[in-house]
Amino acid sequence: MTTAERDPGLQPERTRLAWRRTTLACTVVALLAVRQALHGGATAAGVLAVALSLLAWLGFLAVAHRRVTGMTTAKPAPLSSRLALAAAGCTVALAVFAVATLF
Amino acid sequence: MSDFVRGLRLWLAPERIREEGDTPDYRFSLANERTFLAWIRTALALIGGGFAVDQFLPGLAWGIRAGLALGLLAAGVLCALRAVNHWVRCERAMRRGEDLPVSRFPALLGLVVAVVAVVMVVVVLFGWEGR
Repeated sequence: MTTAERDPGLQPERTRLAWRRTTLACTVVALLAVRQALHGGATAAGVLAVALSLLAWLGFLAVAHRRVTGMTTAKPAPLSSRLALAAAGCTVALAVFAVATLF
Repeated sequence: MSDFVRGLRLWLAPERIREEGDTPDYRFSLANERTFLAWIRTALALIGGGFAVDQFLPGLAWGIRAGLALGLLAAGVLCALRAVNHWVRCERAMRRGEDLPVSRFPALLGLVVAVVAVVMVVVVLFGWEGR
């Protein structure tokens, strides 16, 4: 079937780009986290918070990469709950480290 | 509330979502995924806003600054958690052929953001910057 080869609405491509946008937003937040720590001076807690923020950012990158590589087929499988939870978890982690550096 | 508990159980055993109903058209699943990602971006923007309030408004009194930042960060966390919850519920509704779930959350989030904005305007207008 020729219609199965490529969706005329480009849904997989749009979803791939949505992951890219989200990764960019995550990068901005991670950069703000690093800036926060640099601003507050290099205390042990600050360095730890930055390390954990970067870890969360890397986690998000890994999730996005896995999903984007899975998006190359004509009919991608639906997003797995594990990846959705991991993406949300990384986001929450960034917020938690932000609260930790606030005080 | 029982819906919430059932949703929570789906979070903890994600494979169970595959056992219900029929697999919908993959395009619907992808659209649901993009909605999820849009909510995650909203959460990230709120968290970034929390960082920005703390970093770029050093003139504000510490209490106001921390309060605004905490409010934005808490909204971001709620938004991220709710993104997963809404995604799971939509996916399940599509598999079962039910109506998509409705939610008060967007209105609530809009109110929170409006309150934060109004507080900012008031603080700037009246010059409550505790220098």
